[in-house]
Amino acid sequence: MSALLESLFGGLSIGSVLLLSALGLAIVFGLMGVINMAHGELMMLGAYTTFVVQNGLKKTALAEVYIFFALIAAFLVTALIGLLLERGVIRYLYGRPLETLLATWGVSLIVQQFVRTVSWQFVIGLTLFCLLFFGAFWILSRRPDFERIRGWVIGVMLPLSAAIAIVISFILGQTLKLAVTKPWFGTQGVDVTAPRWLRGGLQIAGGYQLPYTRLFIIALTVACVFGVYWFLNKTPWGLRIRAVTQNRSMSSCLGIPTKTVDALTFAIGSGLAGVAGVAVSLLGSVSPNTGQAYIVDTFMVVVVGGVGKLIGSIVAAGAIGTISYIIGSNALGPLVSFSPALKSFFEFFASASMAKVMVFALIIVFLQFRPAGLFPQKGRTVDA
Amino acid sequence: MTKQFGRREFIILGSTAAGSVFLKACASSTPTATSPSPEASPAATAASGDVIKVGILHSLSGTMAISEKSVVDAEQLAVEEINNAGGVLGKKIEAIVEDGASDWPTFNEKAKKLIDQDKVVTVFGCWTSASRKAVLPTFESKNHMLWYPVQYEGQECSKNIFYTGAAPNQQIEPSVEWLLKNKGKEFFLVGSDYVFPRTANTIIKAQLEALGGKTVGEDYIPLGGTEVTPIISKIKAALPNGGVIYNTLNGDSNVAFFKQLQGAGMGPDKYPSMSVSIAEEEVKAIGVEYLKGHYAAWNYFQTVDTPESKKFVEAFKKKYGDDRVVNDPMEAAYIMVYLWKQSVEKAATADDLEKVRTAAIGQTFDAPEGKVTMEPNHHISKFVRIGEVRDDGLFEIVYSTKEAVKPIPWNQFVADTKGYACDWSDPAKGGKYKMT
Repeated sequence: MSALLESLFGGLSIGSVLLLSALGLAIVFGLMGVINMAHGELMMLGAYTTFVVQNGLKKTALAEVYIFFALIAAFLVTALIGLLLERGVIRYLYGRPLETLLATWGVSLIVQQFVRTVSWQFVIGLTLFCLLFFGAFWILSRRPDFERIRGWVIGVMLPLSAAIAIVISFILGQTLKLAVTKPWFGTQGVDVTAPRWLRGGLQIAGGYQLPYTRLFIIALTVACVFGVYWFLNKTPWGLRIRAVTQNRSMSSCLGIPTKTVDALTFAIGSGLAGVAGVAVSLLGSVSPNTGQAYIVDTFMVVVVGGVGKLIGSIVAAGAIGTISYIIGSNALGPLVSFSPALKSFFEFFASASMAKVMVFALIIVFLQFRPAGLFPQKGRTVDA
Repeated sequence: MTKQFGRREFIILGSTAAGSVFLKACASSTPTATSPSPEASPAATAASGDVIKVGILHSLSGTMAISEKSVVDAEQLAVEEINNAGGVLGKKIEAIVEDGASDWPTFNEKAKKLIDQDKVVTVFGCWTSASRKAVLPTFESKNHMLWYPVQYEGQECSKNIFYTGAAPNQQIEPSVEWLLKNKGKEFFLVGSDYVFPRTANTIIKAQLEALGGKTVGEDYIPLGGTEVTPIISKIKAALPNGGVIYNTLNGDSNVAFFKQLQGAGMGPDKYPSMSVSIAEEEVKAIGVEYLKGHYAAWNYFQTVDTPESKKFVEAFKKKYGDDRVVNDPMEAAYIMVYLWKQSVEKAATADDLEKVRTAAIGQTFDAPEGKVTMEPNHHISKFVRIGEVRDDGLFEIVYSTKEAVKPIPWNQFVADTKGYACDWSDPAKGGKYKMT
C-alpha cells in the first residue's frame, strides 16, 4: 500500500513540475504555433526574479511569505519580457517555424550570457546607448525629410552612440572599479532557499515523508491549470484567443485585433514560464543553465499531449511523470521477481539516465501509433 | 513573401549586426577592466620580446562556466602578483584568455590556436576530464605543456601535462577511510553520468570491498539533470536506517539533490554525505540551509589556518570583492602558475619546454594548503582535509593529514593498473611502468 502511494506521489510530483513548465509552452506552441526555444530561459528569469525578491524581503517582516510576492513578480517580469520578445522578434516571423526556432534559440543564448555578464557598467553602457541612439532617432524623425536621410542617420548615429557608450562605461569601470564591474549574479548559480514553512515534509505512515515543496508545487500547478482554463473559457479575451487560434482571417474580419491577441497570448505564456521558474527554483539550481534542463521535457509533454489541447498536456505530463518515476526507482522490480530475466531488465533501466532513455524510447513508439499525440485536434483547422 | 533585399532592410540588418558587436564589446570590456591592469604594462615595454605569453583556457560560457570562471580569476591573480613582483626572468607575463565554451572540440581548437597562433609557452586550463582528454592529443603531438588544476579520477600520466589537483589517493581514498572509521559501513554512491564519477565509483567500490565496507547501491544522473526523486526513493529503500551517501554529482544536479534530500527528511544526522565536487563557491550557490552538517573532501578550504592561506584569501577578496570565496581548484590554479614560474626561473628559459619540464620536477612551493612538491610523476604532493559545512557556508576542518600525501596516478585498487607507476625523471620508465 505504502509503495503504491509512494509511486503515485513520486509520479505526481515529477508530473506537476513537467506540467507547470509545459503550461506556458502549451499556450505559445499549442495555440500560436510558435516554437519558442527561449521558453527555458524565461523560466530561468523567473527563478532569478525569485532570488531578487527573496533578497529584497530578507530583512523585512514579509521574509517568510516572499514566495507569493515572487510568484507575482516573476509572472509580471517574464510576461513583460515575453511581450518585448514578441514585439521585437517573433511577430516578424509568424508562419515561419524554422526561422522562429533559430531566432528564439539565439535569444535564449543571449539571455543566458546576459545573466552571466550583467553588471552596473554593462547596464549603464546599454542604457546610454539606447538613450542616445533612439533619442536621436526620435528627434530626427520629426524632420520632414526624415525618410530621405534615414540611412545616414543610422549610419552616423549608430557608431557614434556606441562609441560614446563604450567609452563612458569603460571610464566608469576604470574609476569605480569593482563597484560597477562586479556582475550582479555571475556565472555561479545563486541560492534560493525555501521559506521555513516549506522545508521538511508531511510525515505519513511507513516512515515516508511528503516534501512540502512538492505539495506546494502540486497545488500551484492545479491553481495555474484552473486559472488558464478559466481565462481561456470564461473571459472575453480568452474567447478572442480561441477565435484567433481557430481561424485567424475570419476573426480579423470580425474585428478582433489579432495583433493584440498575439501579443497577449505570448505574454501570458511567458508569464506562466516565470511562475514555473519560481517553482523549479525551490527544487533545483538557479543558474544561467537552469532553463536548458527543462526545455526538452516541456516540448516532449506538449507533443505527446497533442498540440493545441490543454487537456492533452495535463494527461501527458502525468503519464510521463509516473512512468519515469516507476522506471527510475525500479518500482516494478519486486512485482516481477518471478522472472529473473525480467527483473534484471528492469534493474538495468533503473538509473536516472537509463530511465530517461527508456522514456524517450516509449515516446517514440507511442508517436509511431499516434503521431498527433494523445488528443489530436480535429476538424478543418488542422489543415490550416 | 519574397521581398527585394532593399537598402532599408540592409540598414536594419546592418544595425542589428553592429548592435551585437557593441554588446560583445561591452561584455568583453568587463574582463578588460579587471584583467591584469593594462597600465602595468606600458606601451614602452609592450614589444613582443619583453613579455612572456601564456595561455589560459577555460569555459567562460556554457554549463561549466559556473566553476571555471573562478579558476580563471585565481590564475589572473597569480599572474598579476608575479608581474607586480617583477615578472619572470625580468619579463612580464601576458595571459591570453580563451573560452572553451564547455564544448570539448572547442577546447581542442582553442588549444591549437594558443599554441600555433599566439605562440604561448605554456597553457593553464581545463576543468572536466572530458576537456582534458580532448586537448591531450594536441599537447602530446605538439610536445607542448598544459597545467591542469582540478582533482580528477587519475589513470593518466602524460609527459606534457602537470597535474596540480588531487589524484584519487589524495582525495577519494582518504575520505572513504575516514567515513568507514567514523560514519558507517554501508555506502550509496550517487554521481553524474560521465567519466569522473564512474571511475571514482569503481575505485570506491574496490576500496570498500578491500576494507570491509559495503556498496548498497549506485546511481547516475545525466550531467545537469535535476529530477532526483527516483534516486532519493532508492536511497531510502536501500538504506532504511540511514547510511553514508558518497556524492560525485557535478554542477547543477547537486542543488536539486540536496534540496530534495532535505525535503524527504533525510538529514546529515542519519544520512551523512561526502561530496568531492562541492566547495565554498558551490555551498553559496546551493544554500547553506540545505548543506549544513554534510561533508566534503578537499586539499584546501578557505578556513585552512596558514599564513599563506590568509594572504591568498585577502589578496583575492581585495581584487574581486569581499563576498567572494576561494576554493580548492582555485588554490590549485594559483599554485600551478607559481610552480611554472619557478620552473622557468630554474631552467633560465621559458621557450625550451624540455628544460622547463626537467626543472619543474622537485620544485616546492609554500602553497596556501601547506608546502607542496612537484613529484617525478608530474602530480604534486598534497594535504588531504575533510570539512563539515558550518553556518556561515565555510568548512569546519574535521580531519587533516599531518604531511603532504604523495600522488599515485595509476590506481592500485583497480586490477588493470595495479602495480603500475609513472616517473618522467627517468626516460626508461616514463608514463606507465611496472613497479618491481
